[in-house]
Amino acid sequence: MSFAFSVAGILAAPFLGGLLAGLDRKITARLQGRKGPPIIQPFYDVIKLFGKESTYTNRHQVFYIYAYLLWMAMALLLLLTLQDFLVFVFALTFAEISLALAGFSTRSPYSHIGSNREILQILASEPVLVFLAFALYLASGSFMAGGLFLLGEPLLRNFPLIFAAVLLILTIKMRKSPFDLSSSAHAHQEIVRGVTTEFSGRYLALSEIAHWVELVIILFVVFLFWVDPWWVGILLALAAYLAEIVIDNIFARLKISWMVATAWGWGFGLSLLNILYFTM
Amino acid sequence: MNLSRARSPWVLHYDASSCNGCDIETVACMTPLYDIERFGAISIGCPKHADILLVTGTINHKSLRVLRNIYEQMTEPKVVAAIGICATSGGVFHQSYNLLGGVDKAIPVDVYISGCPPRPEAIIDAIVMGVEKLKKKGKEGLAGSAEASSG
Repeated sequence: MSFAFSVAGILAAPFLGGLLAGLDRKITARLQGRKGPPIIQPFYDVIKLFGKESTYTNRHQVFYIYAYLLWMAMALLLLLTLQDFLVFVFALTFAEISLALAGFSTRSPYSHIGSNREILQILASEPVLVFLAFALYLASGSFMAGGLFLLGEPLLRNFPLIFAAVLLILTIKMRKSPFDLSSSAHAHQEIVRGVTTEFSGRYLALSEIAHWVELVIILFVVFLFWVDPWWVGILLALAAYLAEIVIDNIFARLKISWMVATAWGWGFGLSLLNILYFTM
Repeated sequence: MNLSRARSPWVLHYDASSCNGCDIETVACMTPLYDIERFGAISIGCPKHADILLVTGTINHKSLRVLRNIYEQMTEPKVVAAIGICATSGGVFHQSYNLLGGVDKAIPVDVYISGCPPRPEAIIDAIVMGVEKLKKKGKEGLAGSAEASSG
């Protein structure tokens, strides 16, 4: 893919992510029988946050929030230019670790609980992405994501179980029920606001934008399962996203140990089974 | 910017010592029937993220410290709304020995809504009036924060 395309993708990702987040809030409201906010509500929120007083507890926090956004953009760049999938996984992990460190750099116990949970979420979800990288290697003989376009058949055909595992970690990555543990977007008073408790003003806005980019990234990973023809992949990603919204609305939050057990049990199990089945 | 401020008032709800009547009506604003999220307002638990502080109930010596703490953590521009007659003036309890009175005895209040309890429509009206104040405060810049410490 060309350089211009990648730059355009990086710039467009926050807008796309914001629109998807707005769509999520609208659909969630309709599922609950409410009218709901306008689709562009997340943009109102973020612009408002930029206009608010920004306080921070220490400079490390500011640094890590910028690191979260920049490494998220880096991960997206690696994915859009169809680079090595393993490097992408490392960049994504580093971005998420930055968020957790931003939470840990404060003294708020709520922030610490959120960060602890964030670390556990990374621990639960990253191995499945590594398995996906392995599947990529088995299918195309290379870790380069670009190899998928030369494959001639969708990745989903040979690796449906890994696809199921990726759908499982999609919930974890999007921080949605039953795994909305680290930032607690819905049950707003349980751990105040988890990782983002001590963020305010523009720093909260930046972390929100980074989360939109993350949303685009994780949907792009779903897209990779069916890259040719590309519109099937996009439909696949959209369907996964809509399913995620429905799951978010019908599930209660589950315990953190249950999340790790599920992600490792089912995620590892399905991925391993698929890889064994493929190699035999 | 001011349009966004008007379209996205995040609400923090603090119960100073309410009988829960006002709290139930406040929470009713979030339900499908009233749905304040259609105006972009969401209930948020973190003072650092909030724009409008809804206080219910009278202020006593215990809740005074907590309320001031919450108020000081909120970032500018911010608006305080006293919900219900207790929060406005102390209501029927105003002569009690253990009470200070309404919310304005502790922190500056921008919007007063009376009622025991107020109707959810009145609370939505408080948020709408709060939004107007937010816009005004946003235009004036962050200069208005000096009054925060005046008790």
